[in-house]
Amino acid sequence: MIAARLVDERALFRFFIMTEDRVSYTLDSTLETVDNAEQTASRIAAEAGFDDDEVMRIGMAVREAAVNAVLHGNAYDPGKKVTLDFEKTGDDLVITIRDQGKGLDLNNIPDPLAPENLLKTSGRGIFLIRSFMDDVQIHPSHTGTEIKLIKHVPGSPEGSKEASQ
Amino acid sequence: MSMKASTRQIDGISIVDCSGRITLGEGSITLRDTVRDLLSKNQKKILLNLGEVNYIDSSGIGELVSAFTTVRNQGGELKLLNLTKKVHDLLQITKLYTVFDVKDDEAVAVKSFN
Repeated sequence: MIAARLVDERALFRFFIMTEDRVSYTLDSTLETVDNAEQTASRIAAEAGFDDDEVMRIGMAVREAAVNAVLHGNAYDPGKKVTLDFEKTGDDLVITIRDQGKGLDLNNIPDPLAPENLLKTSGRGIFLIRSFMDDVQIHPSHTGTEIKLIKHVPGSPEGSKEASQ
Repeated sequence: MSMKASTRQIDGISIVDCSGRITLGEGSITLRDTVRDLLSKNQKKILLNLGEVNYIDSSGIGELVSAFTTVRNQGGELKLLNLTKKVHDLLQITKLYTVFDVKDDEAVAVKSFN
């Protein structure tokens, strides 16, 4: 079963590297990649023990980050790739998405909750990512943007602390 | 599953029954085309039934906002019906829940149009 799934994912992604606690994908800059990234994130989150609501939130956060990477970072350029890493540390599920674009301008991210932006048709992706994850680190550079999404795993000290709140 | 939409008419109101996912790409385009089609037929009182929509991303949210403002700018009204918990929660955290006129009873919703 597991072997069959890995074969499927190898077919979906160009490169696939897996160690015990870490899996890494290199993806094309396509809409299909966005769907595949979300599905893979949801599966890994479920396997890490998150409940259905958290699986949905993690999947959506990864989807939004993948959309940013494919559309805004790499601008659908077939020569540019998106890398997607999942790592399970002791307490956290850490998901890293990198593109090869010009680098996100952190000073130019509007607040989608501001009254003047409420009826804008875009600009909610980063906000949703920050809403759904425990920690979000964005590192733009002239060779691309890296965004790290962190969620405390259920049963870990941090995850248990949140569950009891 | 991408989004599917079918339209029916009740008392001059266009009820669009949506199902599936409203996401970047096909889902958002289906919603956009459906609303444009209704407006082109001068059907400007639109009730979007989202009862079978189980997933929506930021692009889908943007498409809902776009549909709302486009209909309003043409002198019409667009309301939402039967939000699932996931969609309800998303509209809450994006502060759009109070922007849209949201109903949970179809008959009441139909009567609420001017």
